[in-house]
Amino acid sequence: MAELAQRQALGQALAEYGSVNPRVVVLDADTAFSTMSILFKERFPDRFFNVGISEPCMVDVAVGLALGGLIPFANAFAALLSLRTLEQIRSCVCYARTNVKLMASYAGLSDYKDGPTHHSITDIALLRSLPEMTVIVPADANEINQWVPVIAEYDGPVYMRLNRSATLHVHPPEVEVQIGKGITLRAGDDLTIIAAGSMVGRSLVAADKLAEIGVSARVIEIHTIKPLDKELIIQAAAETGAVITTEEHSILGGLGSAVAEVLSEHIPTPLVRVGINDTFTRTAPDPDTLMDAYGMSVGDVVRAAEKVLERKNV
Amino acid sequence: MGTISETNLKELESIALQLRVESLKMIHRRQAGHPGGSLSAADIVTALFFYKLRIDPSNPNWPERDRFLLSKGHASALLYTALARRGYFPMEDLLHWGALDCHLQGHPDRLKTPGIDMTSGILGHGIPIGAGLALAARLQEKAYRVYVLLGDGEMQAGVVWEGALTAAKYRLSKITAILDYNDVQLDGCVHEIMPLEPLVEKWRAFNWHVLEINGHNMRQIVEALDLAEEVHDRPSIIIAHTTKGKGVSYMENLSYWHGIPPSDDQLQQALIELGQEA
Repeated sequence: MAELAQRQALGQALAEYGSVNPRVVVLDADTAFSTMSILFKERFPDRFFNVGISEPCMVDVAVGLALGGLIPFANAFAALLSLRTLEQIRSCVCYARTNVKLMASYAGLSDYKDGPTHHSITDIALLRSLPEMTVIVPADANEINQWVPVIAEYDGPVYMRLNRSATLHVHPPEVEVQIGKGITLRAGDDLTIIAAGSMVGRSLVAADKLAEIGVSARVIEIHTIKPLDKELIIQAAAETGAVITTEEHSILGGLGSAVAEVLSEHIPTPLVRVGINDTFTRTAPDPDTLMDAYGMSVGDVVRAAEKVLERKNV
Repeated sequence: MGTISETNLKELESIALQLRVESLKMIHRRQAGHPGGSLSAADIVTALFFYKLRIDPSNPNWPERDRFLLSKGHASALLYTALARRGYFPMEDLLHWGALDCHLQGHPDRLKTPGIDMTSGILGHGIPIGAGLALAARLQEKAYRVYVLLGDGEMQAGVVWEGALTAAKYRLSKITAILDYNDVQLDGCVHEIMPLEPLVEKWRAFNWHVLEINGHNMRQIVEALDLAEEVHDRPSIIIAHTTKGKGVSYMENLSYWHGIPPSDDQLQQALIELGQEA
């Protein structure tokens, strides 16, 4: 079966979980047919609120619903959710610690055709700097399906970052996810690839290529950028002596920065960050072309591995 | 209507005076805070906390309680005074406002202070958050009402009107907003900084029920709060015309007193004007 688009997976998971948990309500800001929150609306029209093109208002309304004891999942494009509503998120979600779940669709470069206005390459950096926030970046559709109940049952603010389209298949349907616990997907001794989101699948492919040239790469998925699984990262650095990070995000402030903070404080280790190199992007005919053009191809991951190994072996 | 007795009105007026006095003392003691907008809203807050709100200070998280959102969070001294007088925490706590280990923050914090339904301070959030609370009440078939106290300066923020559209779309008649319309903001007169008029017409155009009153006339405040409950097809806003710094002659209508504390001498004069010897 073809891999589901991430947004489709979220829409289906919310609609399914909605029948299990009557406290779940869903909001959107005139993007329900894009984020696929429409699937929840079709089943639970009374528990769905479309506030129109007013994302800050959507977050505040979600805050009110949470204060009233419900579990709101607020859907919007990541670029808008992380930028236009950042003050609402800081003051009314994080500082006031309200139980709001922010579903940031079309993240990274996945809205390739709409161009850089719609790309979201700074959201992890912004959201992870906020106290009380949990930031989750799932790798594939099965993982998203597993996250929805976990996020709903966790009491506190969550930002989940989703791709518009399908990413490479990574997990079986029953994959177990836990906030703050990374997943070692592949054993390896020469270096560790720490990946998030769409780059998890690409990094596994890169690990296969590296094996062909005799390099044994460990692959760890860090789906929770915050709180970060420091122990797993420190252990991998200690055991492999070289680390690369891969993410569909700017190399400033995202997974790469989070890992760099841990390594430099606890276990200084050669590190190469794969991601968007502090630049605005462009419009493209498909997401893969765009990812490749901005340094996130499988070949880029392999080259980063080779580069970090040179430094490890000095 | 007209059910409140003259005695009760006098009692409310006397409480409002006490809230003014205590707020000013707090701001003076701390040498920080917002006197102008606390004095202008004192009668409204009194009517809410000592007449209208269905609340239980011994059970601050009572699920059926009416909710109060101080959207103009800088009137925190006034809110803290009202909460203390209603018994949410000892009056003595007011003496420690702003100290590092005191639960009373510069602006209201729902996690630290009992009786505060929502954290505020950054302006503009009351209406959209109130809309969410009213939707939650409807979904859960709860009878509580949501009261939102707004400043006029924050009417200039777009998210207020986004929230107004949302409350009207869902016909959230359990919302009563009260606008403390003193026409003075930090930088000057509201009508000069960024004019709001015609404001009654604006809110009507947003499909809200509008009542217009003198925000220092206790009978008018009480009756407007009662009347708003009779509206069942749309949210209500009470546009309350007030005077910034009300009751202290040298503060009245001056933007200077938006966020400046009185000196020792100024406090003495204010207390005398409010009928309290220091």
